[in-house]
Amino acid sequence: MSDKNIPDKMLTVEDLEIKFDLRGKTLNAVRGISLDLYKGEILAIVGESGSGKSVFTKSFMGLLDQNGRITGGKVMYYGADDGKPVELTALKKEKEWYKIRGHEVAMIMQDPMTSLNPLKTIGEQIMEAVRLHQKLSRAQAKEKTLKYLEDVGIPHPERRFNQYPHEFSGGMRQRVVIAIAIACAPQILICDEPTTALDVTIQAQILELLKALRHKYKLSIILITHDLGVVANIADRVAVMYAGDIIEIGTSEDIFYDPRHPYTWALLSSLPQVGVKGSDLFSIPGTPPNLFTEIKGDAFAPRNSRALKIDFLETPPYFQVSPTHKAKTWLLDPRAPKVDPPPVVEKIRNGGLI
Amino acid sequence: MEREVLLEVKDLEVTFGERKKKFKAVKKVNFKIYKGETFGLVGESGSGKTTIGRAIMRIVPSAGGEILYKGDKINGKIPPALDRKVIKEIQMIFQDPQASLNERAKVDYIISEGLLNIEKGISEADRKARVEQALLDVGLLPEFSSRFPHEFSGGQRQRIGIARALIMNPEFIIADEPISALDVSIRAQVLNLLSDMQKKRQITYLFIAHDLSVMRFITDRIGVIHKGRIVEMGETEELITHGIHPYTRALLSAIPMPDPRHEREKKLLVYDPDMHDYSVEQPEWVEMRPDHFVLANRKEAEAWGNQGRS
Repeated sequence: MSDKNIPDKMLTVEDLEIKFDLRGKTLNAVRGISLDLYKGEILAIVGESGSGKSVFTKSFMGLLDQNGRITGGKVMYYGADDGKPVELTALKKEKEWYKIRGHEVAMIMQDPMTSLNPLKTIGEQIMEAVRLHQKLSRAQAKEKTLKYLEDVGIPHPERRFNQYPHEFSGGMRQRVVIAIAIACAPQILICDEPTTALDVTIQAQILELLKALRHKYKLSIILITHDLGVVANIADRVAVMYAGDIIEIGTSEDIFYDPRHPYTWALLSSLPQVGVKGSDLFSIPGTPPNLFTEIKGDAFAPRNSRALKIDFLETPPYFQVSPTHKAKTWLLDPRAPKVDPPPVVEKIRNGGLI
Repeated sequence: MEREVLLEVKDLEVTFGERKKKFKAVKKVNFKIYKGETFGLVGESGSGKTTIGRAIMRIVPSAGGEILYKGDKINGKIPPALDRKVIKEIQMIFQDPQASLNERAKVDYIISEGLLNIEKGISEADRKARVEQALLDVGLLPEFSSRFPHEFSGGQRQRIGIARALIMNPEFIIADEPISALDVSIRAQVLNLLSDMQKKRQITYLFIAHDLSVMRFITDRIGVIHKGRIVEMGETEELITHGIHPYTRALLSAIPMPDPRHEREKKLLVYDPDMHDYSVEQPEWVEMRPDHFVLANRKEAEAWGNQGRS
């Protein structure tokens, strides 16, 4: 992304807060996130389980569980056909959501086996989406379905059309799920851990497919994952989430070659890819904070061996590192002592991993 | 120096199904695991790597070949004394800590179940002490023993699974994708725990996974398996830096690296099993470099031997 040519925004999130009522207590799942999604970009959201990354994106589709509610902030969507912005957080009725789900924002889940209907053929399932979202006759819809199958890299679409999910391998099933999402003709595609259940070789192929489809269908993609290796392959921008907040965001290069938040450092250091055989891999001590209680200061401070005093007292604001890169850590305050990033960062920057 | 062989697999075959529907999951697999080392089996789902682990555990019967543990044949019919010894000394760690722990049992029982079966008549005080020690060994608190599995996080649950294996004082542990279901930050903890246990107790591991980047970190030697056949085997660093078989090279090219520049430039290799022409000459084990074996026929061995060492 260059400065001269600022792409259109597809989605803006302002100070979003999501809470859940759980056993009489309130869980602060998302704590004031602001984020922009640009047209045609792939934005990765990285974080541990329980960091709120799935909940955050589910709110774009009105898919929060019964006990979840948005308590503050708003989400605006700018991709509608009539060009009018839609305030997603103001939508109340299911009927209003029907216009958004699928046609504007579509989602791919982690496990392709559970997101497909085992009793219907693959063809029927894709056609269902085609006919629901595009006004086409049966014959046209079938033709379109075959084309989608081909686009997602399924050989012999004619024959595959009449087969059931159990006749497909894991990778092929995920391709079918992607075809269904594409068949809704969405503007934004949310991929929630799309490759976690797959083999490395298949994972690499699915990532290639997503990259190709992004251009072909002019999609904006939000990729949720806990695997930084996957992120480096596919993402234009990366948002690192911790305890319901985005603590660092920047381009892929910013996050991998010049990370600033201690949590991002810790995530990078704990990857087996950067480990040296025979010595211990870095592991983050402690556990993520309890989100039932109000968090004071930097949420990561209790697990950070080099935390500053102020980290325990006050929540850091965003400090701008470059026009594309900002992080929520007091280390970036001009008054902070100089703390060097761990050696891993230097190693990645110099391409010393292989 | 001659190293002691702990486990040897000779021409192992495993088949599923009957007559017409017969499916050969493992085809004439051979390897040795030396005492104190970590041997890795890597391959995609359906390659038979888990089946080999299960055949060694004797959960699935082998259709042919031999599995030798400390020189004794352990597959097929074996004497009861050997049976008990093998049950005690070979333990397994499973992939999904959600599924592998009994939901309705307390941690105390889960960990000591094996002990109760093998060391019959163990005193209650002794059992309690052993459970406590096992929990401490994996970095959990002894008071956790009165809790149920659902009260723990994924990483803690995997530790319980490891404690359950360790309490038997095993010599050999089969770890089947022990970190695939875990978060990145917890993976590091479990990997460290496994290698720590190896240093302290000289445990030998068979490590089964599909991810070569994890393999590189934890294993000493690797066997690459494809469709029930081992296609390449060698020392970990040698195999990763000089992978020869096209399937190994495809696996290597797919390792995700946390380096955007490298990822953008990388070329994904796709392995096509039809590339082999075995109509004239069948492939066999060829030692391409010292202790580095590849399944190839003579023509292939020549071609691959000459390709650029990348």
